[in-house]
Amino acid sequence: MAQPEGTVLRDPEILKEVRPAKMPRRPIVENDRSFHWITEKVCGIVEGKTPIWWWIGFCVCGMVASFVGVGLIYLVAVGTGAWGLNSPVFWGWAIVNFVFWIGIGHAGTLISAILLLLKQKWRTSINRGAEAMTIFAVSCAGIFPLFHVGRVWFAWWLFPIPTSNAVWPNFRSPLEWDVFAVSTYGIVSLLFWYMGMLPDLATIRDRVHGVARKRMEEARTVFQRKFEIFYYGFRRYFYGILAMGWRGSNRHWSNYEMAYLLLAGLSTPLVLSVHTIVSFDFAVANLPGWHTTIFPPYFVAGAIFSGFGMVLTLMLPLRSMYGLHDLITQYHIDCICKITLATGSMVGYAYMIEFFIAWYGANPYEGFAFVNRAFGPYAWAYWIMITCNVISPQLFWFKKIRRNAALVWVVSIFVNIGMWFERFVITVTSLANDFLPASWDYYTPTVVDIFTFFGTFGLFGVLFLLFLRFLPLLAFAEIKAVKAEADPHYQPTQEDSA
Amino acid sequence: MSRKYGVIALFDTAADIYHAAEQVRDAGYQRWDALTPFPVHGLDAAMGLRRSKVPIFTFVGGFVGFWTGMFIAWYMGAYDYPLVVGGMPYFSPVFPFPVAYELTILLAAFGAFFGQFITNRLPMHHHPVMNYEKFASITDDRFAIVIESQDPIYDESETEALLRELGGKEVTFIDE
Repeated sequence: MAQPEGTVLRDPEILKEVRPAKMPRRPIVENDRSFHWITEKVCGIVEGKTPIWWWIGFCVCGMVASFVGVGLIYLVAVGTGAWGLNSPVFWGWAIVNFVFWIGIGHAGTLISAILLLLKQKWRTSINRGAEAMTIFAVSCAGIFPLFHVGRVWFAWWLFPIPTSNAVWPNFRSPLEWDVFAVSTYGIVSLLFWYMGMLPDLATIRDRVHGVARKRMEEARTVFQRKFEIFYYGFRRYFYGILAMGWRGSNRHWSNYEMAYLLLAGLSTPLVLSVHTIVSFDFAVANLPGWHTTIFPPYFVAGAIFSGFGMVLTLMLPLRSMYGLHDLITQYHIDCICKITLATGSMVGYAYMIEFFIAWYGANPYEGFAFVNRAFGPYAWAYWIMITCNVISPQLFWFKKIRRNAALVWVVSIFVNIGMWFERFVITVTSLANDFLPASWDYYTPTVVDIFTFFGTFGLFGVLFLLFLRFLPLLAFAEIKAVKAEADPHYQPTQEDSA
Repeated sequence: MSRKYGVIALFDTAADIYHAAEQVRDAGYQRWDALTPFPVHGLDAAMGLRRSKVPIFTFVGGFVGFWTGMFIAWYMGAYDYPLVVGGMPYFSPVFPFPVAYELTILLAAFGAFFGQFITNRLPMHHHPVMNYEKFASITDDRFAIVIESQDPIYDESETEALLRELGGKEVTFIDE
């Protein structure tokens, strides 16, 4: 190609004299680790020996996950009455758990998409784990509405596929919108997650031979050697196929980065719309306490809040177990805590405004619904919600608390609990005490409800542990790209250049 | 061995490959590539690449998605099996909007995802540059420029000399 005209303009003489100002910024990677160190560190998680705690965690989660299987088999055999659903509460834990899990997923998309568009470089250390969390949380969420339909073998009627009796789904129903929103969300999150992983999978693929050689040397018995041969073959094909032949070509990076940016741009309206549509499940119904316009923004803020809580719950233990302190630094934890604080305060504000509007709207039914929430039979749940969601994140105003990883972790657990109770309060209080006092009832879940929900944590754990073991936990190609040395105009420090 | 695929040179830093790419571009090479472990900012311009074509796929996907959503709601609710539900109209552009919106995003995301694979000619599980014995370092921490022997102005000795001159380390030939 001939010399483009732009070159002259791009490098005017004056630029050679200009020295960029030194801006003291928190480094994304601490202790000035090299590119190779980052590769070794993250690939080491997948390539090294399986830690004992992984096996313990896997067995425990597997056993807990079996509760889902047993709970669902029992439910299908007996009917949805096994879930403690009866007049007037026909929406119980199933919907609560669905919204809870879907909400958790939202932080993953927020971190990977919205923070990418906002050029928040710190996202690179946590986005992969958070995206994995999203996908597994959506899988857990999907179980509940699927089985809540009662005859789960007819669940495919929800999709616009011609059935034998020619009836189509009802597009006027928010529950049908949910089908589209949640399945789109699951699929797009999966595409985004996988595409982000391509370069990292290629790195692991290229290291397979070296790793196999090293492991073979360490193998002592015949059995171990046989296993290593099998394991080598598995890894060769597993990573080879998944990496799609990625070779780091810049012609590829150019298209890849464009596609990644577009996926981020698409995921942003997606993540906002998904919880908006989930909130429509409630807001479109003509029921006091549900029929409010504040629901969409309030649900989205709550979802991001709960998701960041879960990110902290997962990433803090992983950070210390794998020694990732240089990659997930205190700066990252500060950022996550601050977002948790901001969204938690938004949720608190929404609780306040709901009460205000209930009074200001002068609708006696609406007013009753809210007074009943705070002081009625479910007051205990309401105050757990307020304590966990509004009060506990306020601790993150203090630097001292944000620096105490154990305390941050405890607060993150409170956030998870609080957000579950929020959905419980919204769903159950409005239904249990409806327009006609004669039909009021006190809703209690059954043991099937409790065990099934408990089991989903096991399922989530199993999926997440498998992810840790086989796929790159941190998006290390992206982490390298945000290091100062990755900039072609990077100037080594003055001592070096002198 | 048989024919040579091309000549490859390794570089240690992002700055090195950036400046080398500018020189290779200005020397007039067409069939060449820069291999990097992560996207190097500005390298597209240094290589003289044009803007990616992926957005076309995304737009087509989104466009098809939106109208598919609207169409299925009209076809199923108002044309194929009209059914009165809650006294609402058979079709209105308002209520299927969430469905059309989600399908817009879904198909646009498919467009971006598969558009990336189509424009990049992937999956291609084997490529001649993978014959290079130090290929693994390119997905780790080193950068490479490879010039194909198919390039119109490729000349074995001259191209090799150019890469050496640009500061390329370990300049070697790759077999087809």
